[in-house]
Amino acid sequence: MKAKKVISTLLVTAMAASLLAGCGSSGSDAPAQDSASADSAKPAADNSSADAGAAEEQTLKVAVFEGGYGADMWSEVVAAFEASHPGVTVELTIDKKIEDVISPAMKAGDYPDVVHLATGREAALTETLTKEKALLPLTDVMEMTVPGESVKVKDKIIPGFLDTLATNPYGDGVTYYAPMFYSPCGLFYNAGLFKEKGWEVPTTWEEMWALGDTAAGEGIALFTYPTTGYFDAFTYATLSSAGGSDFFNSCMTYEDGIWESENATKVFELIAKLGEYTEGTTVANANNDNFTKNQQLILDNKAIFCPNGTWLPGEMADAPRADGFEWGFMAIPAVNAGGAGCSFCWFEQMWIPAAAQNQDMAKEFVAYMYSDEAAQIFAKSTAIQPITGVSDSLEGDNKMFYSIYDNGATAVMGGFASTAPVEGVNMLDTLCGTVNSIVSGDKTVAEWQAAVEEASDKLRDAME
Amino acid sequence: MKKVRGKSIFITVCVAPAVILFIIFMLIPTFNVFKMSLYKWGGYSNSKQFVGLNNFKILMEDTNFFRSFQNTVLLIVCVTIVTMALSLIFAGILSREKIKGQNFFRIIFYIPNILSVVVISAIFSAIYDPNNGLLNSMVGIFRGSGKEPILWLGDQKLVIYSLVIAMTWQAIGYYMVMYMASMASIPESLYESANLEGAGKIHQFFTITLPLIWTNIRTTLAFFVISSINISFLIVKALTNGGPDGATEVFLSYMYKQAYTNSSYGYGMAIGVVVFLFSFGLSAVINLITKREPLEF
Repeated sequence: MKAKKVISTLLVTAMAASLLAGCGSSGSDAPAQDSASADSAKPAADNSSADAGAAEEQTLKVAVFEGGYGADMWSEVVAAFEASHPGVTVELTIDKKIEDVISPAMKAGDYPDVVHLATGREAALTETLTKEKALLPLTDVMEMTVPGESVKVKDKIIPGFLDTLATNPYGDGVTYYAPMFYSPCGLFYNAGLFKEKGWEVPTTWEEMWALGDTAAGEGIALFTYPTTGYFDAFTYATLSSAGGSDFFNSCMTYEDGIWESENATKVFELIAKLGEYTEGTTVANANNDNFTKNQQLILDNKAIFCPNGTWLPGEMADAPRADGFEWGFMAIPAVNAGGAGCSFCWFEQMWIPAAAQNQDMAKEFVAYMYSDEAAQIFAKSTAIQPITGVSDSLEGDNKMFYSIYDNGATAVMGGFASTAPVEGVNMLDTLCGTVNSIVSGDKTVAEWQAAVEEASDKLRDAME
Repeated sequence: MKKVRGKSIFITVCVAPAVILFIIFMLIPTFNVFKMSLYKWGGYSNSKQFVGLNNFKILMEDTNFFRSFQNTVLLIVCVTIVTMALSLIFAGILSREKIKGQNFFRIIFYIPNILSVVVISAIFSAIYDPNNGLLNSMVGIFRGSGKEPILWLGDQKLVIYSLVIAMTWQAIGYYMVMYMASMASIPESLYESANLEGAGKIHQFFTITLPLIWTNIRTTLAFFVISSINISFLIVKALTNGGPDGATEVFLSYMYKQAYTNSSYGYGMAIGVVVFLFSFGLSAVINLITKREPLEF
């Protein structure tokens, strides 16, 4: 009896001990690892400024969002970077939900050195770090010479890409995000349908409404949208078209009363009128599960136009389509009569967390992204960087998409300025999410406009 | 004396692992949620700013939060009532009546519970499809063709009830099996004597079955509250993502959006505190008002 008790006590003690040991070991491991990487980073940091090509062993942690372009190009670029930088090992983490992969370690203080992750994602990791002022300024990266070349980074980037709120989120002229793959957003349609019916592609909103009435007679709706999330690009472009780029920037920086101004009203009313021409089932499918059903409407000739980015043909590559289907792509017609069409230019961003261990090599890596070598690898997967001349190598549909700005459309870039977080206020949700209610008739334009202005007021107070 | 001391050491050592686990994985995180709700914090940097009860003050004026509150309460009430009624009826039929393929039905009803929520939402996306969905095709037989399709996931007045249907479908099997288990333990003799006295099936159900499984029903009521809050988040996330325009936003989906998408982690935790207190309070109230003298067989 006693022996049994002693044995069970021992067993339980062993269990408790292993439990504590289990907790303890992971705890003691982590600092050890941290200090090791800190140690190795320090001399590296000292060295690399002197001579970047030093053969000292160092590790660079790169976290990359795997988008529609695939993961292979990243492995290739990393291999090329390692080949040109002896002694540097790149630890590449790539995932479609990269924020879920890296954020637990980040909360524990273990940051990647370079992150390629755009703004506008649901988990909003990029925005959160921006709001927390946890990014490294990249102004000196732009002044760096591209590794292996004799040109400065900023001189290779297409003019205009570094002057936007999508690279300088605080609106103070300091670059925090490096612009990566860009994609013009506009209206996609079936060019084959226009040929078949003998319709002209509309260039003004008057022609647009006339086409909508004609098409309605044949049971075809004028417009559909995948989800309301796509209205950010649409709204930005129409705002800029309505009031010019200064007006657009005032909207993005929450100027008082700007959303109730005449130009903004034009945009709100335009979208509301577009809502009347929207395909009837669009709202029911405008969610993460079913948005492809809305995109399918274009392929099936049930709706004519759909706002989207250049990844759409790839996304719908395997979908069935009407006979004679051909992708067509156009800028959004000018809001004011006689003005130029406009297209929002969406791009992905690369940034360095302020808490990164190996900052100098991280900057070197970002600068390397703009080398001809890297750009060519990316361009093979049709991932186009804003580097002068890169889009020339494109062929077929992609050539047509990227030539939109050559055909007279104004490029619109940027996004809402970063503010300190305001609890309960989400500008994009208020501005874009409400479109569903406008289309279904649950809210009026006046209510929508007032809600946007109210959100703008609250965010303006939080700007620094 | 020595023996008593040895015994208490023995008990302490035996209980210690569970207590330690409970403290590490339950008490400390819960305490942290309460603590974080008093800060303004984005979730990553070290710049936590203590703001006292300010997050709760903002919460009291946040109409979007109240909308998600209403939706959650509506889901809890509707799902609980419908699921409980249906699963009690099915359990009563399957355990009291002799039907061919009883086990088959038991399995069929239980299957939705094994499916992942993503699969369920894919199934219901197909059912609710406005053009060639199952539901609209069936309704179309009665409405006649050529009418505008019903937008089960697009009509803001309808969409929350579409979620009720999906959640009920998912939950019935689980509760049915639980009720069947306790119904099986009711002695057959009670029903035999009721039969001799001339009581009908329905009368037997309300006077014998229901009172005797009352403790089980009480337990499941607490489950209903907790699981409605949790499952509604998963289904909303996969099926509507809170849309159209916030019409299906529930507690936890709103909390997620604030804590992550809106970079207001502290505010999200304040919502978490309210959810915690609400579900705790609701379970306590339900427990209190359903208290009966337990009946023995």
